[in-house]
Amino acid sequence: MFADWPILSLTIWLPIIGGVMVLASGDKAANATRWTALAISILTFIVSLPLYGGFDAGTAEMQFVERVSWISLFNVEYYLGIDGISMPLIILTTFITVFVIIAAWEVIQYKPASYLAAFLIMEGVMVGVFASLDAVLFYVFWEAMLIPMFLIIGVWGGPNRVYATIKFFLYTFFGSVFMLVALIYMYFQSGTFDILAFHDLKLGLTEQILIFIAFLLAFAVKVPMWPVHTWLPDAHVEAPTGGSVILAAIMLKIGGYGFLRFSLPISPDASHQLDWLIISMSLIAVVYIGFVALVQQDMKKLIAYSSIAHMGFVTLGFFIVFTIFANPEADTGAMLGVEGGMVQMVSHGFISAALFLCVGVLYDRVHSRQISDYGGVVNTMPLFAGFMVFFAMANAGLPGTSGFVGEFMVILASFRADFWYAFLAATTLIIGAAYTLWMVKRVIFGAVENDNVAALQDINSREIVILGSLALAVLVLGLWPGPLVEVMDASIANLLQHVAVSKL
Amino acid sequence: MQFEMPSLIPVLPELFLLTMACVILVVDLFLKEEQRVLTYALTQVSLVLAICIVYLTTGTQAEVVFHGSVIRDAMGDVLKVAIYLISIGAFLYAKDYLQDRDLFKGEFYVIALFAVLGMTVMVSANSFLTVYLGLELLALSLYALVAFDRNSKGGSEAAMKYFVLGALASGMLLYGISMIYGATGSIEFQSVAKAVSASGMDDMVLVFGLAFVVIGLAFKFGAVPLHMWVPDVYHGAPTAVTLFIGSTPKIAAFALAMRLLVDGLEPLHADWQGMLVILAVLSMALGNVVAIAQTNIKRMLAYSTISHVGFILLGILAGTDKGYTAAMFYSIVYALMALGGFGIVMLLSRRGFEAENLDDYKGLHDRSPWFAAMMMLLMFSMAGVPPTVGFFAKLFVLEAVVSIDMTWLALVGVFFSIIGVYYYLRIVKLMYFDKPVDETPLTASIDTQIALSVNGLMMLLLGFFPASILSICAAAIAAS
Repeated sequence: MFADWPILSLTIWLPIIGGVMVLASGDKAANATRWTALAISILTFIVSLPLYGGFDAGTAEMQFVERVSWISLFNVEYYLGIDGISMPLIILTTFITVFVIIAAWEVIQYKPASYLAAFLIMEGVMVGVFASLDAVLFYVFWEAMLIPMFLIIGVWGGPNRVYATIKFFLYTFFGSVFMLVALIYMYFQSGTFDILAFHDLKLGLTEQILIFIAFLLAFAVKVPMWPVHTWLPDAHVEAPTGGSVILAAIMLKIGGYGFLRFSLPISPDASHQLDWLIISMSLIAVVYIGFVALVQQDMKKLIAYSSIAHMGFVTLGFFIVFTIFANPEADTGAMLGVEGGMVQMVSHGFISAALFLCVGVLYDRVHSRQISDYGGVVNTMPLFAGFMVFFAMANAGLPGTSGFVGEFMVILASFRADFWYAFLAATTLIIGAAYTLWMVKRVIFGAVENDNVAALQDINSREIVILGSLALAVLVLGLWPGPLVEVMDASIANLLQHVAVSKL
Repeated sequence: MQFEMPSLIPVLPELFLLTMACVILVVDLFLKEEQRVLTYALTQVSLVLAICIVYLTTGTQAEVVFHGSVIRDAMGDVLKVAIYLISIGAFLYAKDYLQDRDLFKGEFYVIALFAVLGMTVMVSANSFLTVYLGLELLALSLYALVAFDRNSKGGSEAAMKYFVLGALASGMLLYGISMIYGATGSIEFQSVAKAVSASGMDDMVLVFGLAFVVIGLAFKFGAVPLHMWVPDVYHGAPTAVTLFIGSTPKIAAFALAMRLLVDGLEPLHADWQGMLVILAVLSMALGNVVAIAQTNIKRMLAYSTISHVGFILLGILAGTDKGYTAAMFYSIVYALMALGGFGIVMLLSRRGFEAENLDDYKGLHDRSPWFAAMMMLLMFSMAGVPPTVGFFAKLFVLEAVVSIDMTWLALVGVFFSIIGVYYYLRIVKLMYFDKPVDETPLTASIDTQIALSVNGLMMLLLGFFPASILSICAAAIAAS
């Protein structure tokens, strides 16, 4: 029944226009502004639900397609559509944004209207990134995303925010301009900016490798992969809670999504040739960054490094497929790897968002993110402690939570590729548990360390709603990942078929 | 000899503007100080009427009149309208600024109108001589405008530098033209082009002539290594004049390049392409890098202009219709961006205070959220960040370069634009992340405020619908 509606356009433009309205309403009636922003974000979430409800999981074709000419001289189109890879990420975006708006309720007192507007506009832009099937449109959304985030970190961030936000902007801008040149190059090879046409474009190996590197620069910075990850800890530490949540939960996923939508299908042979590079970078992220996380003193930094390590799993899952293809006995292993990466992305979206919100809860009360300033929080905030321990467990990959599903699938798949990949990847189960649980131990458990902790108030109903909903999502996805895996089955199978065929 | 009175219809806009400039000069003599605003109004009305005349007399076919000296074609019409429109904007922004500084004199408008006339003569030139006439009319008017504030030492110094260097460049151009005339026996573009393609590219005199012409062109564009005058003139001139110099003459320079290199010397494309590659790369590199070191916003914008010129040259050197379209789009968009940028600089300035230092922009978001947002849009547009129109300008130019298998040049371009992003971001940072030092409320008349808002929002609107201007440019290039 929804098939004829421009649902994707609605999901993109409703929050953007709503955000502009919120911005225009100003800070005079701050409460009304907050309610408006919340209403818009919930409405957007509801509007995005038919994307799941009306989704046909049996096909890898693009669905909910909207296609209008935009710049006819250069054959640029306003071309939207989703498949099983982008749909879950769009719903994740609309879902998380609701909680970001709620989380800002009492906390943001400085220019609340602009803050909420920035997040709403960013929501629309991020949905646009996932939904674009035209390369120029994709690039426009991809870069436009930087502007609100730049302002969010810069205006509402911590003491070192200017350094962090300029580093964030320049780093990501640096990565993406080379992608732009690659996209233009492919336009001249194919005569169109249609991304799906790029998938079928015949390219020589050298061209593929150059294009692959251009994409790698863009996506590796976004994911971020070791060694171009250094902007992330800075950005996370300085960003306000909502900014960290969006960064970790969604922006990083855009990098992963880029690998699936661009790198793998457009340059399969280059991906095959260079998969060792990505796999090593991923494994270094998993192991080395895990150790780096272990020594962090700042909770946000710790979670930021843990995000990098977890995203290492995602890229590992995506790029082991070539080793698995080479091994004829491992039939479905490749599927498992890519699906595992996707599940890991969605699950990490929930878990990292929840953890950053937990740190936000503490920061709002004590105004410190240092682990050493806490201790014994469970004595004064038992309910909160329950949530935080739960999310920490999920982050460590406890079975029954969503964190387990993705990691398990990727480790399983890497066994079919190479024992040592699996071995190194599996160390995360130990290192991840070590840094997460050690942090929880120092922050939550033990005796009450100081007066600040003694004076803590447990979470209020607003915070319970946020953390409770995310906990539910983590649990449901962990116990019953079926619905998520099913919707992407057809698309990923199609992608792998495409990748398995050499373009040479 | 048969003497035939040529039809005046094709040159009606220029004739009208010339007449009006003279009329305004005379009318202004009889006005009292407090009636001076009438001069301003007359100037604006003349420009609006000139647009109407262009619109009414436009034809479908290109017409060459005055024995091959003047051409009236679609590209010229579009560029003329752009020049008139942006000049209207520039005069509008300049009004408050001039009034505050006792510079609100009739001469300003008369000289500026002559400058506009010079630009449109260049736009419709069909022979080297006409180009030169238009160019000199523009240049002489600009020298005078730069020194318009007689009490400003900086202004006089800048005007002097501009004059000496400009005269030198004009000399080079003229020397080049004379060589080309010597080699081809004609100064009319079509016959020069014919003679050049007949004689081939090996003619030494011709290539030397071309080199000198390119030098003159590079000077007028402000391309490295002939950019030295740009920062000093931008800095020394009254901001109202900087605004004018920074915006419309870039469109005229584009027209100059099109007329000289494409209409006249297209057969030498392989030769001038290489020269423009060097100019473009150097301009992008030097402009973007040196802009970082500036603490004065006018100088910073001057270096930013230099880097944008590099991008415009990229489009021209591609030598394809799409490349010319992209360069034309870029120069019009750039003129709009420069207009808005300097407009904000003037908005922040007031009597006895020039908002020239970067620190003056601190906390603009607290002082005026609306204009901070406009400036942010302009800065992101100059930086080429989507969804603003500046991105599309860069995109089209890069496409043109990639289309002629010069992908490396596109990579150089994007590389330097990353460096460029930094100094534009710094302005946004100052406006949004820092606390204001200067709390004086902004005062501007309502028409300036509206115009600035339209100017800023256009960056976004044209970004959503870049095809609107692009298709006009494409049609104009295709028709000529």
